[in-house]
Amino acid sequence: METVSSLHLSRRRLIGAAIMLPLTASLVRAADSSLAFGELYGKFGVLGLEFSDKVKRLAGQDISMKGFMAPPLKAEAQFFVLTEVPMSLCPFCSSDADWPDNIVVVYLLEKQTFVQSRQTIEVRGTLEYGSWTDPDTGFVSLLRIRQAEYFAV
Amino acid sequence: MRTLLAAFAATTILAGAAQATTVYPLDRATILAGSPFDFKVELNKQVKPEDVKITVNGQDYKTVLGGEAQFVELEKGKDDKALGSAILLRGLKISAPGDYKIEVAAGDETKSVTWNVYETAAQPKAKNIIFLLGDGLSVAHRTAARIMSKGMTEGKANGRLNMDDLDRMAFIGTSATNAVATDSANTMSAYMTGHKTAVNAIGVYADRTPASLDDPRVETFAEAVRRLTKKAIGIVATAEVEDATPAAVVSHTRNRGDKADIVGMLLDVKPEVLLGGGSAYFLGKEVPGSKRKDNQDYIKLFQDAGYKLATDKNELAANASAEGNLLGLFHTGNMDVTLDREFLKKGTVDKFPNQPGLVAMTKVALDRLSKNPDGFYLMVEGSSIDKMSHPLDWDRAVIETIEFDQAIGVARDFQKAHPDTLIVVTGDHTHGVSIIGTVDDEKPGTEMREKVGTYAEAGFPNYKDENGDGYPDKIDVSRRLFLSANNGPDHYETFRPKLDGPFVPAVQNEKKEYVANEQYKDVPGAVFVQGNLPKSSESGVHAVDDVVLQSAGPGAEGFHGYLEQSDVYRVLADAFALGAKQTN
Ligand SMILES: [Zn+2]
Repeated sequence: METVSSLHLSRRRLIGAAIMLPLTASLVRAADSSLAFGELYGKFGVLGLEFSDKVKRLAGQDISMKGFMAPPLKAEAQFFVLTEVPMSLCPFCSSDADWPDNIVVVYLLEKQTFVQSRQTIEVRGTLEYGSWTDPDTGFVSLLRIRQAEYFAV
Repeated sequence: MRTLLAAFAATTILAGAAQATTVYPLDRATILAGSPFDFKVELNKQVKPEDVKITVNGQDYKTVLGGEAQFVELEKGKDDKALGSAILLRGLKISAPGDYKIEVAAGDETKSVTWNVYETAAQPKAKNIIFLLGDGLSVAHRTAARIMSKGMTEGKANGRLNMDDLDRMAFIGTSATNAVATDSANTMSAYMTGHKTAVNAIGVYADRTPASLDDPRVETFAEAVRRLTKKAIGIVATAEVEDATPAAVVSHTRNRGDKADIVGMLLDVKPEVLLGGGSAYFLGKEVPGSKRKDNQDYIKLFQDAGYKLATDKNELAANASAEGNLLGLFHTGNMDVTLDREFLKKGTVDKFPNQPGLVAMTKVALDRLSKNPDGFYLMVEGSSIDKMSHPLDWDRAVIETIEFDQAIGVARDFQKAHPDTLIVVTGDHTHGVSIIGTVDDEKPGTEMREKVGTYAEAGFPNYKDENGDGYPDKIDVSRRLFLSANNGPDHYETFRPKLDGPFVPAVQNEKKEYVANEQYKDVPGAVFVQGNLPKSSESGVHAVDDVVLQSAGPGAEGFHGYLEQSDVYRVLADAFALGAKQTN
């Protein structure tokens, strides 16, 4: 395991990276609180989706999730979008592509310069759901991981 | 977020282009007599109102244009950049046909443009118009659709597509006001207003100010139909109903990405039938799956306005012959393509398992609209020919073309029973794709490119349609048509249909460059194809080549030779006599 960004290592991550054994232990512990993209919604429908029981149960708790970092809006930001597959930004037309439904917005512990990667990353932080509008960008999200950090896996 | 970026890019381009005084409508604009439009002059410098002199055919503009324009002392661009003064007069109408020379003088700036205001036939030729648009429909798509669907023996097609028998034709030029290349927004807007506009713009001329909803408007065909007739209006698409093509039937914005606003504009015009995908923009932001930034519940607003709602195939069928307006939304985003929906069950079919196709939607739309004794205007879009051509997924694009042709068949059947119906079939732009032969798995060796047959080596493909549904029973037959793109990003050519889901040729790397998607690298025989577009391009792009338009029915004789896409509007307006004095 290596960190994607070496620019701003959080204290927690430094500890994790320095001491391998506790990190492995925390991964095992995290297994039941790890969330997969396929587990986000319990129901899909034209009139809306419904979050799964697992999302509702894990809300407010520390979770881990694997995915890919979508190209961020700005080079430096405190949040990015985690996607299930590497985001080929526009499979369709110039301005008519939208974010897919299965995204999770990740708010980092601190602002940092992103290194976009096609590598799978694992994000850990506190799960939160419900509509929330980012005050800086106006980006509306329904599912977030806050106080987050990420690793390449 | 993507929309924000797109809007930013558009603004930057506009700011760079604002060198000369600009008058909207632009020089050589053709305007339907009596059709309201906005008049705007953008000056490069800040001037005083008394310094501005505008004449129309030598007379003071107020007498000819029938109103006093609003003077904007200073327009501002991004970051409050001073752009100059502007003159704006909204919703004016010119009812007398003829040429109108507009001369503007302000300080040392002068500009002159000439518009042509035209009238139409006095009497309508057609009671109904069915306008079918295959998004991205190129010649290769239809050739492939014919061969895959009907087969070929000794070089002669074993059958004909429905579109093959539309007898009146024209070549259509599709360029935009700001580029030789076009997008669906600009072309559909030109078809639907008679005015060309800029890439990404719908129902407006693209002005220089950053706001996307204040640009000078022109009337759409559906709005003209509403203004002058009691005809019903229908919109059917397999894309989101607020996507560029369906949106252009009624909407006005500089930015096709303003989808939340476009839903409101759809509600303003209230088409009697509105069917497609895109429910995410109808749901308030609290609802998971919503893409709105406010809490407006447009499902409820449409229902309050008298619409019945259908959300799947069964509810659509149950509504086939009901009275009143119909809103059918079958996906939060774009509907799945036919190959995934009907055959492979890939894409998002597991999440939306009961989506109707274009044929079923077209039938229901015609059933309902034809109840109107005054006739109707129906727009049907085969949306995903384009959406599958961008990622170079030719099998999916061709199957979409077959579905589109079957919807044309439904329209042709309707026309047989109702000969007072004009049918128009066209694309909005082409893609850089051609058929060059076949891929034959039986050829020796493991290298797939050695299995490509050209000229006499191509032979004929071995698709079969034993169940007679018009679709090949299998697309991964042993000898397949080989379609190839003349442009694209770096990607792997696999020479095989993508059975696991739509092709994703390239993905972005850490330098924001699109690189070949390695997911396909290990497909046996796959070869790396170096892209020829900038590395910022994630997919193939629209081609500038002319589009073929075909038509049949009363008024179809207006289509011949070469036409600009904005000229198509005039033929439609003529068929309904929308510019005739007696209908005013
Ligand atoms: Zn396109």
